[in-house]
Amino acid sequence: MIHLVQLAQPLDQIFVIAKRWLLSYLPAALQPLCSAVLSVAAILIAFATLFALTTLLERKGLGRMQNRYGPNRVGPWGILQPIADGVKSLTKEDIVPITADHVVHFLAPVLLVTASFMGYAVLPIGRNMVLVDLNAGVLFFFAVGSMMELAVFMAGWSSRSKYSLLGAMRAIAQMISYEVPLVLASIVVIMQAGSLSTVAIVNMQAAYTGIWPHWFVFTPWGFAGFVLFMVAATAESNRSPFDLPEGESEIIAGYYTEYSGFKFALFFLGEYIGMFATSGMAITLFLGGWSAPFAFLTWVPSYVWFFAKLLAIISVFIWIRGTLPRLRMDQLMNLAWEFMLPMTLLNLLTSGVWHFMPGGSLRWFVCSTMVVVPCILLSRGLKHKKKFQVRTYHYSE
Amino acid sequence: MNPLQNYLLLSSLLFSIGLTGVLIRRNAILVLIGIELMLNAANINFIAFWRFGPNPSALTGIMFALFSISVAAAEAAVGLAIILAAYRHSRTTDLDQMNSLKG
Amino acid sequence: MTLSFIVLAVLTVAGMAAAMGLRNAIHCVLALTLGFAGVAALYLQLGAQFVGLAQIMVYVGAVAILAVFAIMMTHSPESAKSPVFSSHWVMGGVVGMAVFAVLARTIRSNPLCAAGMPPQPEASVQQIGDALMHRYVLPLEIMGLLLTAALIGAVVIAMDRKEEMK
Repeated sequence: MIHLVQLAQPLDQIFVIAKRWLLSYLPAALQPLCSAVLSVAAILIAFATLFALTTLLERKGLGRMQNRYGPNRVGPWGILQPIADGVKSLTKEDIVPITADHVVHFLAPVLLVTASFMGYAVLPIGRNMVLVDLNAGVLFFFAVGSMMELAVFMAGWSSRSKYSLLGAMRAIAQMISYEVPLVLASIVVIMQAGSLSTVAIVNMQAAYTGIWPHWFVFTPWGFAGFVLFMVAATAESNRSPFDLPEGESEIIAGYYTEYSGFKFALFFLGEYIGMFATSGMAITLFLGGWSAPFAFLTWVPSYVWFFAKLLAIISVFIWIRGTLPRLRMDQLMNLAWEFMLPMTLLNLLTSGVWHFMPGGSLRWFVCSTMVVVPCILLSRGLKHKKKFQVRTYHYSE
Repeated sequence: MNPLQNYLLLSSLLFSIGLTGVLIRRNAILVLIGIELMLNAANINFIAFWRFGPNPSALTGIMFALFSISVAAAEAAVGLAIILAAYRHSRTTDLDQMNSLKG
Repeated sequence: MTLSFIVLAVLTVAGMAAAMGLRNAIHCVLALTLGFAGVAALYLQLGAQFVGLAQIMVYVGAVAILAVFAIMMTHSPESAKSPVFSSHWVMGGVVGMAVFAVLARTIRSNPLCAAGMPPQPEASVQQIGDALMHRYVLPLEIMGLLLTAALIGAVVIAMDRKEEMK
């Protein structure tokens, strides 16, 4: 037992120690460059593997929810299915429409994948395991996230096809509409932590009172912020129920209709990597990053907790995809501007009140009512304005 | 040639490219883009003087640049809205054809 | 002149020159986005982290997309055949070159602050927040008013008034 406890600390830092050991064999001039290259390679490998795992998990999970098996032919329980998918997408013919804008058509998936992967530079995956500890880390993350919208537009416009352009317009409108609640929902955390640095935010949540952690999600404003952030993240990643821009039953494949073969796989990769990055940011901001949920579980290495929380969020994404129907475009936009924007602003107010009231049950009561009552009133009020009405089907007479 | 001069030369080059674009292009939206380019060049000036000038701890250059970015974004939004309204009226964005106020 | 400065400067100038010179308006905006990214990289090289990231978020993420939307909505099909530059292009080119000549001469002949690099000043987000809340709080509030006015104004100007004309 004592051996296990003594083993926990080096096990937690095993990747840091391994990297330092590898770098000690290099001359001192090359060390910063090689350190960066090693960290980047580790991030690419880890999250590309997670992407492959998620495609399989999603297909099997959705299959089970729809009362069928997922893929189960390639390897036991379909485990080698991602390899088969990769081989297929690499060997398919790359068809580019003859009237398409070739340069922009080629650069769009490149820009999407680059922008998606750049977001991982500021996520603390474990204790002392962040690629760059930027002073304005959260701002960096949202800045590169906003580059993805340009890639979507480039893809849709360069294909010179009606479905692509329509899908791209819808996708951009959705993404810029939901970027506002996304950023505002994260500002509450920044206000409380007093810093834009992701490492500082996680370090502030890594403390415990008794066995309970100081995660921000366990406060009224944090919980509301987390829910708003997750809804906005679902919309930013074009996941169901916000996947009208790529809805297969509506406009074929939206902005990547005219892409085939490996470029299509790159779009797929870029979207999922963006989803993981936004989930990683939600974990950093609200769920305590790499810290353990209870004080007696801190012997488990920190990166295990990060990936466990990430897998939990991915499973919730897959669950929601299999459950909820798609939102129409105007319902989607109304949700962003008329419900989520006022809720995020009220959440800011609640967070300010929480900061200045003395700790105790009165603070909990006041802040909880400040969050819950407007939520109910807004959703009921908007419903009476006939915005969120129950769908009635009118057949042509 | 010290670094400050390099940055100032770069920003003046960008400024004159933007100015040329504003004076030359036909499409109204591209004229607005030229204006954005000039604002960016001026921002480079501010940040370069903050970095290399006396008293950088007052953060004056950074504040100026931040406010300039905000004003430029607001002005781009309103300018593009005006161009849209003008397009709806005259069905063209060609500035050479919008000359009905000429004497 | 360090290598990174030269690379970034060439990239930025090429992007901006292409933005002002290309025929297709969408290509112009994409080249402009490259220029904006180059300018943001220059800010990061100068050590102004917050401004550089705000530049990416505002310009690349919002202004470029706004311009692209506006081009899509005002797209006229005969733009492929119409001339790119207006009829006064000679005068415009001369004025641009003259402005650059005057500015460059002023910069070169001025005994600016001594050659060499002063140490990197620090501009942490904490300091920027302090400055915004204490010394620059009035411009901050006016900026809020300005952005609100611009938002409402842009929506009102660009609103479709067809239902009023019925």
